[in-house]
Amino acid sequence: MSADAGEVARLKPIVKRMREDAIRMITAAGSGHPGGSLSAAEVVGALFFHTLRRKQGDPTWPERDRFILSKGHCVPIVYAALAEAGEIPKDELETLRRLGSRLQGHPDRIALPWVEAATGSLGQGLSIALGMALASRLDGNRYRVFCLLGDGETQAGQVWEAAMAVGKYRPENLVAVLDYNKVQLDGLVRDIMDLEPLADKWRSFNWKVRVLADGNDLAQVLDALDEAGRGGGPWMLIANTVKGKGVSFMEGKAAWHGKAPTPEEAQRALAEIEAHG
Amino acid sequence: MAEATRAAFGRALARLGADPRIVVLDADLATSTNTKAFADKYPERFFQLGIAEGNMVSVAAGLALAGKIPFAASFACFLAGRFEQIRVSVAYNRANVKLVGTHSGIGIGEDGYSQMGLEDVAALRALPDMVIVQPADTAETEQAVECLARHEGPAYLRLTRQKVADVSPPGYRFQLGKGVVLREGRDLAIAASGAVVGHALGAADALAAEGIQVAVLNVATLKPVDDALLAEWGGRTGAVLTVEDHSVNGGLGSAVCEALAESGIPVRRHGVRTFGESGTGEALYAKHGLDAPGIAAQARALLADLGARRRDVSARRA
Repeated sequence: MSADAGEVARLKPIVKRMREDAIRMITAAGSGHPGGSLSAAEVVGALFFHTLRRKQGDPTWPERDRFILSKGHCVPIVYAALAEAGEIPKDELETLRRLGSRLQGHPDRIALPWVEAATGSLGQGLSIALGMALASRLDGNRYRVFCLLGDGETQAGQVWEAAMAVGKYRPENLVAVLDYNKVQLDGLVRDIMDLEPLADKWRSFNWKVRVLADGNDLAQVLDALDEAGRGGGPWMLIANTVKGKGVSFMEGKAAWHGKAPTPEEAQRALAEIEAHG
Repeated sequence: MAEATRAAFGRALARLGADPRIVVLDADLATSTNTKAFADKYPERFFQLGIAEGNMVSVAAGLALAGKIPFAASFACFLAGRFEQIRVSVAYNRANVKLVGTHSGIGIGEDGYSQMGLEDVAALRALPDMVIVQPADTAETEQAVECLARHEGPAYLRLTRQKVADVSPPGYRFQLGKGVVLREGRDLAIAASGAVVGHALGAADALAAEGIQVAVLNVATLKPVDDALLAEWGGRTGAVLTVEDHSVNGGLGSAVCEALAESGIPVRRHGVRTFGESGTGEALYAKHGLDAPGIAAQARALLADLGARRRDVSARRA
């Protein structure tokens, strides 16, 4: 791994705080999706604090890199990143899912302008990202487009319609990351509808594929995003992650796909995150 | 010049291409939807996405969110069938996408039900802020296309496969949200939209010969519907007959009922009440009573019902 050790050290505490904030806001809301928020913490943290070109305080800057959270239910980790970045106040996080909050249960771009597209009806985000990448190309490749997909989400036919269309148009500035945490709402992905051979599938659709053995390892995530971010795509980064990463009683458990911890469970979760980073 | 509204659309779209923000998407029906003229002229801004309409709708949303003005075309039924993508990618995002559904209604004829858009307006009308326009002829289509390109927000344009008669008066200016009175009359108002507006005028001619004076309104904007015009002409004539080549549930008839629900003005809905089937468009229009004689018969039946009702009331009062 060639990623700068200093950069990993810089990002680590940020990602740790994002995990804590995700747990806190989901607990306060009394509902939400901790499992997939925690599995994606390194990817989302690396994107917001290392990769994405953005302008502080200006969510509509035309040259900004676009980030589409196709797995919209995991938006708490994105809200945590936005708070960490100082784009939204930290104390707003506890309004998650409340009436009148900008922090809708699933991303809403009208409510919160840092959201590039409303998602949550799974399977649509990659198509939206492709549309943005095509627009970028028409405008002289002024920005890159990043899209984070869930693994269960790729069971949706539209993802493969989009995969095929990306393979045709080959937008070189499109980078997709698949949060392969192996668990979905009803159980294990491999039992519900197995995705394997997953890398081969994307390769056969004419994508450049890179598999991250550990997508919760910041060094690997940074290295892959650095390579893909230089262009030459379309890129599919398959990040092998752990659902509920960082909280032992949530890890690998479908039960924690879409359930809020009780305040007591949240205390245990926060203590573990604090202890292990 | 009688032509299909899809043909007028294709011409208008190719003309609009001078604006570099206009992009066009199709799903292997470009020669049918008539987006091909644009594709030939501006290949770099035309995206052929194959038989994958759900992806096409969401890609269009992405292009719109990045500042383009996408027109995404397919048959009306295949677009409305991608309701979930329209609902979230387009409508909820307030993405400036123009969905264009051609081959609407039983008027397409021989291909039969699976290719007929008969529930598209019902489905899309339920979405907040979705503008829906169904032009009746060439002049109206060309103007509607230009108008929708200027309009900021999601819109659906419903077009015909088959040729339709010119119905717009000379110098007609289409206005979004406004219906137009094509013919005045005192006994009944027919509110029609799209392909059957010409048939409604034919029915009005036939009824005039019997001494029945029927007003004909062309309701091109189905959402937001022109409440004021409907209330005015419903009030003037005492009743409204809606006529559409679409399911009688959820389309123009429902929109008019909603507009007039509190007014007490009686409304009779006339449209398609079954699945479609193969046959010539003319034969299907005759079978479903959506040709001029069929519409005239509906008008007579409505007037007879109203007359009977009025006589009942008078008798009770006496």
